[in-house]
Amino acid sequence: MQLIPCPWCGPREEAEFHYGGQAHVAYPGDPSALSDEEWARYVFFRENPSGPFAERWSHNAGCRRWFNAVRDTRTHDLLAVYRVGEPMPEVTA
Amino acid sequence: MTVSPLAAWRDRLAALAPVLDVAEVPFRSQLTVRVSDPDAIAAMGATLGVLFPSAACTFTSGTGRFGDVEVLWLGPDEFLVTASPGLRVTIEEVLRGALGTVRGSVVDTSAQRTTVVLQGAQGREVLAHGCSVDLHPAAAPVGTCVQTLLARTGIVLQVTGEDTLTVLVRSSFAEYFAAWLADACTEYLAVP
Ligand SMILES: [Zn+2]
Repeated sequence: MQLIPCPWCGPREEAEFHYGGQAHVAYPGDPSALSDEEWARYVFFRENPSGPFAERWSHNAGCRRWFNAVRDTRTHDLLAVYRVGEPMPEVTA
Repeated sequence: MTVSPLAAWRDRLAALAPVLDVAEVPFRSQLTVRVSDPDAIAAMGATLGVLFPSAACTFTSGTGRFGDVEVLWLGPDEFLVTASPGLRVTIEEVLRGALGTVRGSVVDTSAQRTTVVLQGAQGREVLAHGCSVDLHPAAAPVGTCVQTLLARTGIVLQVTGEDTLTVLVRSSFAEYFAAWLADACTEYLAVP
């Protein structure tokens, strides 16, 4: 089984983690000003790249913290992990 | 009479010797502490007589006014304080006092988990049957404390001695854990 490197706990089995979708999706500054279409875009529309993708993961069975990871969607390789609030690191896929 | 989560398993766990000496240490006082302020963490450690762990996936132990106390790292701002039975109310009050007005929490979680101590040279090998964390002494020296999965159930695993492992398992999963442990030990037991 694949190991995922938690930024705090180090490499752990994939089964300990929970997937949280695309990272860096900012909550709207003024939600009430959004049209239905804009709201639907915020809630449902996500990138679907072939290659590096910044995602949220939670180390559910370990330290129970959310963090971000850049995963290559073609190979499932985790290219980088970083803590919430940190900028996405440069990666070479 | 209060019955510990593994009371019904005492004999079956004892039968695992000489592969492993397994003993439940029930009703330990356990407090979950959420705090990130370094001064508050230091104050709490001072009042217990044991420094809080500064490195991830480790635990510290010491002796102070509450006797032997351990502080387990559970997350970047989360710790578990464990001590002898019957001290949970006093320790909770003392830790709350040390926390003061700083943002954080101290919660009595004593009933959440029971403690099982495994003693034996093959302990790491037995647990490896259901645990993906590297338990080799080089990777998990004495003082290691990890939250992980053992045969799909969540545990806190402390390496408390060269040949001693301490497992904290949720009370409702304790019998499942005992059954799994008995099965994992089977191949090491002498054939009658
Ligand atoms: Zn973790």
